[in-house]
Amino acid sequence: MTDNAAGYGQSVTREAAPRRFQFGKLFRQFGTFAIFLILLGLASLQSDAFLTERNIMNILRQHAGTGIMAVGMLYVILTRGIDLSVGSISALGAVVTAVLVQDYPLPVALLMVVGIGAACGAVSGFLVAFLRLPAFVVTLAMMTAARGMALILSNGQPIMLGEPGAALSVFGTAFPLGVPAPALLMFGVFALAFIVLNFSRFGRLVKAIGSNEEAVRLSGISVGWYVMAVYVISGALAAIAGIVVTSRSGVGSASVGDGAELDVIAAVVIGGASLMGGRGGVLNTFLGVLILGIIGNIMNLAGVPGYHQQVYLGVIIVVAVVLQHASHILRRR
Amino acid sequence: MTPLVALRGIDKSFAGIHALSGVSFDVRPGEVHAMVGENGAGKSTLMRVMGGELRPDAGSVEVGGEAVRLTGPTDAIRRGISIIHQEMALAPDLSVAENIFLGELPARIGWGRLNTQAKELIARLGFDISPRATVSDLSVAHQQVVEIAKALSRRARVIVFDEPTAVLSMGDAKRLLEIIRGLRREGVGIVYISHRLDEIYAIADRISVLKDGRNVDTVTPDAVPVDQLIRMMVGRPLSQLFGEKPHTTVGEELLRVENLALPNGVAGVSFSLRRGEVVGLGGLVGSGRTEVARAIFGADPISSGTITLRGENYRPRSPKQAVRHGIALVPEDRKGQGVVLDLAIRKNATMANTGPVTRLGFFSGGKERSVVRGLIDDLRIKLGDMGDPVSSLSGGNQQKVVLAKWFHAGGDVVILDEPTRGVDVGAKTEIYSLIHRMAAEGKAVLVISSEHAELFGLCDRVLVMGEGRLRGELLPPDYSEENLLMLSMTSGAEERARA
Repeated sequence: MTDNAAGYGQSVTREAAPRRFQFGKLFRQFGTFAIFLILLGLASLQSDAFLTERNIMNILRQHAGTGIMAVGMLYVILTRGIDLSVGSISALGAVVTAVLVQDYPLPVALLMVVGIGAACGAVSGFLVAFLRLPAFVVTLAMMTAARGMALILSNGQPIMLGEPGAALSVFGTAFPLGVPAPALLMFGVFALAFIVLNFSRFGRLVKAIGSNEEAVRLSGISVGWYVMAVYVISGALAAIAGIVVTSRSGVGSASVGDGAELDVIAAVVIGGASLMGGRGGVLNTFLGVLILGIIGNIMNLAGVPGYHQQVYLGVIIVVAVVLQHASHILRRR
Repeated sequence: MTPLVALRGIDKSFAGIHALSGVSFDVRPGEVHAMVGENGAGKSTLMRVMGGELRPDAGSVEVGGEAVRLTGPTDAIRRGISIIHQEMALAPDLSVAENIFLGELPARIGWGRLNTQAKELIARLGFDISPRATVSDLSVAHQQVVEIAKALSRRARVIVFDEPTAVLSMGDAKRLLEIIRGLRREGVGIVYISHRLDEIYAIADRISVLKDGRNVDTVTPDAVPVDQLIRMMVGRPLSQLFGEKPHTTVGEELLRVENLALPNGVAGVSFSLRRGEVVGLGGLVGSGRTEVARAIFGADPISSGTITLRGENYRPRSPKQAVRHGIALVPEDRKGQGVVLDLAIRKNATMANTGPVTRLGFFSGGKERSVVRGLIDDLRIKLGDMGDPVSSLSGGNQQKVVLAKWFHAGGDVVILDEPTRGVDVGAKTEIYSLIHRMAAEGKAVLVISSEHAELFGLCDRVLVMGEGRLRGELLPPDYSEENLLMLSMTSGAEERARA
């Protein structure tokens, strides 16, 4: 018997499909930027108050904490993980900052705070990387525990920075070069994260691990240390976000960053990162943070009540993600 | 007698490669029809067509003499065709009864009745397993019984067994054959796929031989002796793919493995590799070849045995250590383990050895590009841009990226697991010449392959594994697929008799 007697199936297509206009790919690369531009346009049409220097700086200042945490979250998500503990670690950072500045010189106190955040991340990271526990569960536990520690340390009361922390308060309210200092710090963190992710061995392997951990391991790389490291980074950055919030408000409170982890994840996802790992970028995450900030800001300017805002935000996140996945959704048709 | 199921003139291609060409196969009521053939002969593909998992490109499927178009596995099951897969498809956390009736559970479950029915079905197979037991607590053999009971509960008229005894002990395998004889008496049609020829001779009424996706013949066991059957399975001329093997001088011993045993049952594996040598590791899929390779590479744990590398004791605990010691592994699952598909070709190529292209942990773009450019030219990788993801390449070029990675890493013990699987003929020849080149450069090369012709064409000697043991070694004068299969497939006693 030889080849292909005619039958109902005919022969399979052998040539690759012709290169069509790849809407999906294009959108993955520039989609976030497009959403950002559209929102920017809508916002400026919607309210004259939007495109004022004061308002823009305000958005940046308010979202500096979210932005800093989003960098850590991006790294974690690139490895196919998730970190639910960032909001709580930022609260712990805020409280510890207010406590430590009373007794220690400011730089020492701040280093200790960052160290505590990193330590929290190291615990989660160890459990995820080496004991292979699910990141969701581990960081959920850390989320509860860190919030609890913040409450214990502060006795449930906000702690005033007071005179010893005056220098920190100056940072929180300063406008060097006409830009809020916390926003400058956020820019710095994003810039550093961009360089590390795109040009360092560490950044490359983090991305590679998220896309195919086994292939990386079989290239002779200790995957575990890299996975642990991203949680350490995320914890440290969350603590820094806590410092920033404290510097702005002048008090360290255990209620800081309540639910922040969801905003942070939303920002990263709006920025086009894939929760399946391996896909996502620093610039797009930055845009994701800005998009989140602008949406909230427009609705505030338009006088949309807070509860309604949450519903709209949910809808907008879904729309953003649907657009990111447009290629898959279309192909399934 | 009308066959219960008949496949006629089935064609099936994957990505332009013919897996089946005009294959016909049928099962009559009350017979055991065995199917044999080498790995890749098309047995599994054919069964997936019968089970409704794959739709044929051409040809027809008849059930009870009537042409049908199976729309999916559910449709096939409804028409009375059940497949007992090699990897069992049970829900491990559910009970025996729940598993048996999964998919046809009534809206209101009468547990008492369900459990009784399950017990009866199992009893019909001559076993006594509690219907309330959780499946994951059962032995593999009992799990298989549950699978069969599940097929019976769906009133299967044809049951396909795909390598059912591969996971069973000797005693359990015997009992399984008893069950199958019982089913045959009840008029069920059995398709039996196995590499164990002694079992096939014990149970089959007819044997069909498949080779390279085509029917060779259908015979009865009493008409054809074992050695003739093996010849039918393999008889193909050695192709001229392999190029001229350069004359290399075999140097000092690099790697010596003694009495290697692994937690998964591989045991008593001893061999050595010398510089300039290409050594084959043959045997059927599942005989432990890949496991041995992964253990030497530190990817899986070792239970006992010693490995000596360049005269020193070596016990790898991770692939990282293995790479540091100059060992490279080209894994069998290229897409799952060899490359990071979404990552750029350039980044994949330097992954195992970033030292020369980084400073203080940061890549120096120019240096990396020139190194990768060199590798691409050297290995003749056909690509658009080295910044494109590996997924943009053909299978052969993807594999060359994996080889480039290890050329760049510079190890001198190279293990290649199925290096040409899914690779077109042109790229195959190039990969063969790269393997020769490694040997000429003084590396020790171990090639695992299911393509016997490839082993004979490439290797200075071929180690043969079977069921987790190293069964022997073939030297060029004894190179024949029959010898290799005989070593691999026959059990210990016969092997000693031959040696």
